[in-house]
Amino acid sequence: MMQKRTMEIGVGVFVAAGIAALIMLAMKVSNLAAFTNQQGYEVTARFDNIGGLKERSAVTVAGVRIGRVKSIVFDDKDYEAVVTMNIESQHDRLPADTSASILTAGLLGEQYVALEPGGDEAFLKPGGDIKLTQSAIILEKMVGQFLFDKAAGGDGKKEEGAAP
Amino acid sequence: MSKNNNDEPIVKIRGLRFAHGARVIFDGVDIDIPRGKITSIMGPSGTGKTTLLKLIGGQLQPTAGSVVVDGEDVNKISRDALFRLRKRMSLLFQTGALFTDLTVFENVAFPLREHTRLPESILRDLVLMKLQAVGLRGARDLLPAELSGGMARRVALARAIALDPMMIMYDEPFTGQDPITVGVIMQLIRMLNDTLGLTSIIVSHDVHELTMICDHMYMISGGKVMGHGTPDDMAHSESGWVRQFMAGLPDGPVPFHYPAPDYADDLLAGA
Amino acid sequence: MMGWLQRLGSTSLSVFERLGRGNLFLLRVLAALPSLVARPGLVIAQLYSVGVLSMMLIVISGLNVGMVLGLQGYNTLVDFGSEESLGQLVALSLVRELGPVVAALLFAGRAGSALTAEIGLMKATEQLSGMEMMAVDPLKRVIAPRFVAGIISMPLLAAMFSAVGVLGGFFVGVGLLGVDSGAFWSQMQSKVDLYDDILNGVIKSVVFGCVAAWIAVFEGYDAVPNTEGVSRATTRTVVHTAFAVLGLDFILTALMFGDE
Repeated sequence: MMQKRTMEIGVGVFVAAGIAALIMLAMKVSNLAAFTNQQGYEVTARFDNIGGLKERSAVTVAGVRIGRVKSIVFDDKDYEAVVTMNIESQHDRLPADTSASILTAGLLGEQYVALEPGGDEAFLKPGGDIKLTQSAIILEKMVGQFLFDKAAGGDGKKEEGAAP
Repeated sequence: MSKNNNDEPIVKIRGLRFAHGARVIFDGVDIDIPRGKITSIMGPSGTGKTTLLKLIGGQLQPTAGSVVVDGEDVNKISRDALFRLRKRMSLLFQTGALFTDLTVFENVAFPLREHTRLPESILRDLVLMKLQAVGLRGARDLLPAELSGGMARRVALARAIALDPMMIMYDEPFTGQDPITVGVIMQLIRMLNDTLGLTSIIVSHDVHELTMICDHMYMISGGKVMGHGTPDDMAHSESGWVRQFMAGLPDGPVPFHYPAPDYADDLLAGA
Repeated sequence: MMGWLQRLGSTSLSVFERLGRGNLFLLRVLAALPSLVARPGLVIAQLYSVGVLSMMLIVISGLNVGMVLGLQGYNTLVDFGSEESLGQLVALSLVRELGPVVAALLFAGRAGSALTAEIGLMKATEQLSGMEMMAVDPLKRVIAPRFVAGIISMPLLAAMFSAVGVLGGFFVGVGLLGVDSGAFWSQMQSKVDLYDDILNGVIKSVVFGCVAAWIAVFEGYDAVPNTEGVSRATTRTVVHTAFAVLGLDFILTALMFGDE
């Protein structure tokens, strides 16, 4: 009977340790904390180009994360991307003329939506729409633009030099 | 001998054929095991005596023929019915087949725990009674690894009678035991058979011991029944087979050589 | 040439025959599972020998793997100045891959081989046959509890492996190499997803648990009942489980993480 007791205690310890490990993985290692207060409100924004933005990317104001991207769909009437964001409910005082831009964390990091509050007295309502948006900066385009400018500038100089 | 129900043999085997791959082990065997008696089934090594017990227990399916135990054909009844039937018969394996992770007590208690819902105190009494019957009440806390071969068989016997079966089958109960143990086991088989009103089937080739304790003998060889009768009948049998076996002669109707091509041809074939 | 073809043919036939027998066996075990509801004690006893006795090996291995990941990951990441991502690297490697896979391989070596040997020896010593003659179904009494215990143990062991591994990475990264503790955890939490990573890791370990337990009990039950047969069966359990786990891991990974 004593053996049975130690065996049962051992199994109890084993199962408890296993469940504790699962809980630790869920709470401490993963982003479960971000899920817990998902009650928020949604706002949408339209972008010409979202670059590498994904569902569940961060939405920030002044660098502080206040929500996440909930869904991204393509609107085939306006040929735009419609990004729906879930903003945590305590941040319900964003001005109605808030602008949204898609930025990159660091040079090659993840892309996220940065909100820039405007000066309007009215606040964005749940389900509201952000009018002012700036699309993602596409590195290839920038490089192309830069090369084009450089080439154009070079020509200008040559003409300048030739003129006198 | 002509009482209505008791006259009917407890095991009736008719036209039994069993083949293991291409090897035919039984080729038309008829056996009747009388109720309440000790019947022995003898035969040289490799005649499938253990197979016969497994066929009676329904663990193997015969190729043809029927095995009827206590009025039920073990190959026709459902699995549940077969399991119910098996609770009324026990097979004592050559090795004992004790559960190595359980003590002697728990081994004997195993069938009771599996098939009954007895309170622990009654179960304990029952187990101790069974152990007392085989003289091992004092060994209840030992593990099978701590038992001698003879003791392991006695524990297995106690386990076999735990559910008070109607029939016990013994597979080579005397093999590899010292004379004292053989004597003990012989006495136990006889005693249990008579006091519990059992039917016993012993499969063995220990002619000497069998003639001393059994009431009826069957002799199998080459997949057929070579002869049967009381030990006395067998000792004075007309059959050369039976006489060779009973007297233990090295050559005779049972050849010394395994069937082979001609010796000289065989040697030349390798050249 | 013909001989080679014949060998190929006979090998394939025997492989398929074994697979078929294994599947039939699995069906019979599954059919025996409901009987366990009445006897949870049988499963608990097996959880002890399958789970509890594997726990120490899993914890120590997990700690070591996590520490090595921390050290090696740091050395690579520091070249890019992104050693804060160490937490993410350690956690993702463990939760997605190393936890389920290495725990399953260790499980096969520690518990799977023991299960096979135990069942195989019970068969060789006629204990299973004896049980059948006592009208007790060995599938219900012996096989099913071990199978279930394997399936329950595996995800728990894999979770322990990953959790301890993360701690190991934390000790090395933060304790020894001076990565910022806050950055370690916050980077980890921002990049490890509960559903995509943790849950998929758990699903993997459940699948591996089923496969490892199935192979272990089948090899034991199917073993040739003598010393050599049991030893071969034990080896086969470890080898087959390793192949099955690695192959399945590739398939599962492609299904789960392939579209990112």
